[in-house]
Amino acid sequence: MAEQLHAMLSLRGLTRRFGGLTAVDAIDLDLAKGELISIIGPNGAGKTTLFNLVTGLDRPDAGTVSFEGQDITGLSPERLAAEGIARTFQLGRVFGNLSVMDNVLIGAHTRLRAVKPAVPVIGPLLELGLALLRPARVKAEEERLREEVKAILARFGERLLPRIDQPAYSLSYANRRRVEIARALALKPRLLLLDEPTAGMNPTETAEMQSLVAELKTEGLTILLIEHKLEMVMRLSDRVIVMDEGKKIAEGPGEQVRSDPKVIEAYLGHGLSGRAEQESAA
Amino acid sequence: MSSWLDHTINGLIVGNVYALVAVGLALIFGVSRLINFAQGSIYLVGAYIGWIAVVHLHTPLPLTIVVVAVASAIVGLIIERFGLRPLQNSVRIAPLLATIGISFVLDQLVMLIFSPNPRALPSQLPDVRFQVGGGTIGPLDLLIAGVGLTSALLLFVFLRYTKLGWAVRATAQDRDAAMQMGVDVNRVNQAVFGIAAALGGVSGMLVGMYYNQIDTAMSLQATLKGVVAEVVGGAGNVPGAVIGSLLLGLVESYGVAVLGTSYRNLFAFLLLVVVLVLRPNGLFTSARQAPPEPLTGTFIAPSRPVNIPRWALWGATAGFAVLPLFPVSFYVLQTLINAWLLGMLGLSLTLVAGTMGQVSLGHAALLAIGAYTSALLSLTLDVPAGLAVIGGGLMSAALGTLLISPSFRLRGHYVSIATLAIGEIVALVILNWESVTRGPIGISGIPPLSLFGYDLISPTSVYWFSLAVMVVLALLQGRLLGSHLGRSFRAIRDDDIAARAYGLSLNRYKSLAFIFGGFAAGISGGIAAHLYSYINHETFNTQQSILALTVVILGGLGNVVGAIVGSVALVGLPEMFRIAAEYRILIYGIVLLLLVRFRPQGLLGTV
Repeated sequence: MAEQLHAMLSLRGLTRRFGGLTAVDAIDLDLAKGELISIIGPNGAGKTTLFNLVTGLDRPDAGTVSFEGQDITGLSPERLAAEGIARTFQLGRVFGNLSVMDNVLIGAHTRLRAVKPAVPVIGPLLELGLALLRPARVKAEEERLREEVKAILARFGERLLPRIDQPAYSLSYANRRRVEIARALALKPRLLLLDEPTAGMNPTETAEMQSLVAELKTEGLTILLIEHKLEMVMRLSDRVIVMDEGKKIAEGPGEQVRSDPKVIEAYLGHGLSGRAEQESAA
Repeated sequence: MSSWLDHTINGLIVGNVYALVAVGLALIFGVSRLINFAQGSIYLVGAYIGWIAVVHLHTPLPLTIVVVAVASAIVGLIIERFGLRPLQNSVRIAPLLATIGISFVLDQLVMLIFSPNPRALPSQLPDVRFQVGGGTIGPLDLLIAGVGLTSALLLFVFLRYTKLGWAVRATAQDRDAAMQMGVDVNRVNQAVFGIAAALGGVSGMLVGMYYNQIDTAMSLQATLKGVVAEVVGGAGNVPGAVIGSLLLGLVESYGVAVLGTSYRNLFAFLLLVVVLVLRPNGLFTSARQAPPEPLTGTFIAPSRPVNIPRWALWGATAGFAVLPLFPVSFYVLQTLINAWLLGMLGLSLTLVAGTMGQVSLGHAALLAIGAYTSALLSLTLDVPAGLAVIGGGLMSAALGTLLISPSFRLRGHYVSIATLAIGEIVALVILNWESVTRGPIGISGIPPLSLFGYDLISPTSVYWFSLAVMVVLALLQGRLLGSHLGRSFRAIRDDDIAARAYGLSLNRYKSLAFIFGGFAAGISGGIAAHLYSYINHETFNTQQSILALTVVILGGLGNVVGAIVGSVALVGLPEMFRIAAEYRILIYGIVLLLLVRFRPQGLLGTV
């Protein structure tokens, strides 16, 4: 009960149907502040759809999402970004024609204050005027954000800094994933959702990514992670949730989940897991 | 009450004709996710082939239909093979621009060959009317209904029972999967373009017979109507396209009955805008689908813009500024004034289409709003011309953004359709709102430009004025691109889903882009009004929208300097080579096609 009170993100009965298919089926989840939960499951289990529901890119058919005690079900992604929820995308959604610097600066968009006065109705016009006139305050803010971006990029060693002015389309696949994570960090998120951050990375790159995520966790960031590389999941996660065909089939500490027969079945298929059991029994 | 039955019959017949165009569009959209803007041109070609067959070859009706269908299908195959297939792996904007270019080239070719004057296309059927209930129906009505039903039946059989038909449906469902299963996607494309073109051509011929008149303006109308019907039915949905067409026919027919013929098109476009806003996936598609994640494709051709040093730009500006001090002819100055005015429009469109990714095909409407506002302010309220021009810019920014705002939630092709429709709505309002705009008579006696009480009448002073205004607008736009707004616009263009996930509101930033762009275009229109001293509803037409688009592609999408270089090139070069006016538009269309194919990043690169 105490855990629920401190939950930063709570999902209750979250459901999303596509035609006859229930992609996300009555999912409950509580993520405490500073906790890292991994969601694993076979392809098509509904993990990314769940992310879309939490970040407002899709609306649930039933159930609620609450963030720090507030009901945020069905809010727009723009609003949720302003609330401090940042995410990366499974297949990568960098802005191809923007430089690395600009990509990451977009991540800091919700933190612009000087150039985006919170005035109703004429706010956008003031924003246009300030962007053209650029008074000292606006320049200083932009300069400060640029320095911040460089600091964020420095976390990736020499991977991104030398390419800071290159357009994102010219980057390697792994570097684009890094840019996505840098962009998410620039939002100064309270909740970070990572959708397969190591997809398509080789073992060295995966190890780098793993230590970065571990670092973020130590810094106290609350993280929801989708990942297929179980080794990484086991090392990083406080808890692991296993999804299959939209349902949560197991939840708990990594080692416990790993040996759960339902999980093995979901991964290996019914016939196979039965045979595997027989073999191990024999 | 009998008249209502007549209107219903008329609506269904016209709807049947639209259906022939819309079904072709739906088939093409289904297999290649492309709205074929050239569909109306094929319809036009079909009408003229029918005219040749009937008037010169004296073919009997069944043979005429076969000739038109076959000839149109061949045109469709040529478009597919040489216009679109080479673009299969290019950026998403390329096929869209290509079909626009193809449509322009075809329309101009027809106009050059047959002259723009309307021609009569006799129907070859006896002119009798049968009494049906309270209304009447003629043999041509029955023919159109028959052709419509027969084509629907043939299409159904083709899609349902032939191997190629299965391949078409498989490709429409999942192109990659179809390819992996061994479906020859090129053959599917060919089949679909051939069928669509045959249907479109026959439709054009039937309409020509129905009204006993064909002219080159039919093309754009057909594209618009077909697209409206298709979008109403749900893009790519073939039965939906038929129902959408019949609905559109009925809406128009009843609307005309209530308000009169000059409002006919207004209903079509209002229906389109309403459907796009309320049900962007069409009336019959219940899609609330998660949008697919893009892989590596980008909307515009990625490139590094050519870096022109600042001193060179200032040098060129200074060079053009001192030009009138040398003994240059009035003709040269006049040409360059036109280039500067087009440059302002180009700046506006390169921001909206290039930086923001909203390929507007109705940009001339912004010119018209600016021009009418400025002209009316100075004529009726005695506002000095200089201030009136600024008023025109502000009105264009405000009204233009308001009118275009329903399209903000749309993407890619849909934006182009919506802006095309909105442009037509503006033209129709100008034509029909006689108490304010003086309708078809136009506004004459607009005072010349003036600045601080001094009239700018000499070509030199007008030259300096328009050059200065354009340079100021260009500098402002450069500053805008360097600000956080520049990167926000470009981020939304590259990936609006990711942009929203990082807090960028699409409505807010698309509005700001259109406000800034609308202002520049409105200023250009305002200056033009005072320069021409007479404007009417045809002064700012779709041709100018297309010219501006060519300018922007030539210079490089989003490229400020490119827009100006493109304007000078497209206004100046035809003058230098003394190309006759009627060939110019053809050349613009060909230039557009060649650029999309061979240099999609334009001369100076996309930004």
